[in-house]
Amino acid sequence: MPSLDDLRKRISSVKSTQKITKAMKMVAAAKLRRAQEMAEKGRPYSDKMDFVIQNLSKAISDPSNAPKLLVGTGDDKTHLCVVMTADRGLCGGFNTNICKLAKNYFNEIIKTSKNLKIITVGTKGLDQLKRDYGKYIIKKINFKDKKKISFEDAEVIGKEIVKLFKNKEFDKCVIFFNKFKNVISQIPQKQQVIPAKKDDVSKKDEASSYEFEPEEDEILDDLLPKNISTQIYKAFLENSASEQGSRMTAMDNATRNAGDLVDRLTINYNRSRQAAITKELIEIISGAESL
Amino acid sequence: MDQDFNLEIISPEKILLKDKVKSVIIPSYEGEMTILPDHIPLITFLRPGITKVFGSKEVKYFLEEGTVEFSNNTLIILSSTIIPIDLLTGEKVSKMVEESKSQLSKNQLDDKMRYIISHKLDSLSKINQ
Repeated sequence: MPSLDDLRKRISSVKSTQKITKAMKMVAAAKLRRAQEMAEKGRPYSDKMDFVIQNLSKAISDPSNAPKLLVGTGDDKTHLCVVMTADRGLCGGFNTNICKLAKNYFNEIIKTSKNLKIITVGTKGLDQLKRDYGKYIIKKINFKDKKKISFEDAEVIGKEIVKLFKNKEFDKCVIFFNKFKNVISQIPQKQQVIPAKKDDVSKKDEASSYEFEPEEDEILDDLLPKNISTQIYKAFLENSASEQGSRMTAMDNATRNAGDLVDRLTINYNRSRQAAITKELIEIISGAESL
Repeated sequence: MDQDFNLEIISPEKILLKDKVKSVIIPSYEGEMTILPDHIPLITFLRPGITKVFGSKEVKYFLEEGTVEFSNNTLIILSSTIIPIDLLTGEKVSKMVEESKSQLSKNQLDDKMRYIISHKLDSLSKINQ
């Protein structure tokens, strides 16, 4: 049975924790609004870019000569996985969800005895993955000291990936991130960026045969690396919105839990206080009676 | 000439413009190009230059690169470096001119880069006037 003093200390400690989680929730809510806006505004760009590329890939006359970034190397041996997580914790299942999805994929690759290479973006993902998959990680990127991630930062990663691909370091590239659906639900996603061509492209609207200027290959050479940067930038935006959303819900829950705990502790405290008073009274009365 | 077509100018950060317009002049990689309604489907990319939009009013944008797609009477301009010309102050322009000049003075540029930078200088000097 904790003493009255202990209970009082606990209550005040829980209360100050509650203050912190409440403040974090407020901050996350403010940041969320900005991040969400950016994610939503950024979507058309990457969607349209993808659309143009899918159209282009349909129009290509000779698939065997098409750029490797579009159709792939024809091999399926080495997979490069870019796992994008946050740099900060205390955001509920945000980082864990991405890592879980990524781990499932990793295990599948290892089971089929393909090669695996991992690039981690964000420190939290690295922390979770390095124990089991440390030997596969070839590069670690984080933006801890950056407040806002710009398109240029995404371009740096994109160029790095293209360089690795040109050096024939991998055949397929997949990125993992959280798609922001709404404040309470973020869906971990995996997206294939290399090869850019989707297998299930329907060939029905062949009517839109395009005029290219300059030649198709030249456009593709220019567009495909840009597309990778764009997809990564999109993943960044979605991720940062998801992170704030996830943190907001997590902190909201934490604040509520802390409130419940304070209530319970207060009842306990009052009960023990009353018990102590009653005990004292009984002692006084029985003392007086015995006189 | 009262026909319109849809124009969307999109940067990674936001949609800059979504409107019905009469014609657009774009600095395509191989030369300037005017897009009118019912143009045939087209995909091309851009060199540094000025995009002129003739809609309800005339708007100009400066951009350094970009991708353009025209299909179904919709023109999509994707560019990560597009700015409305009104926002380009003389100071900014002269800074960009300096930068590109110093880039141009380096010798290890290939022809393609040289071509792009010289066009950038060219269109920047036009803004200055």
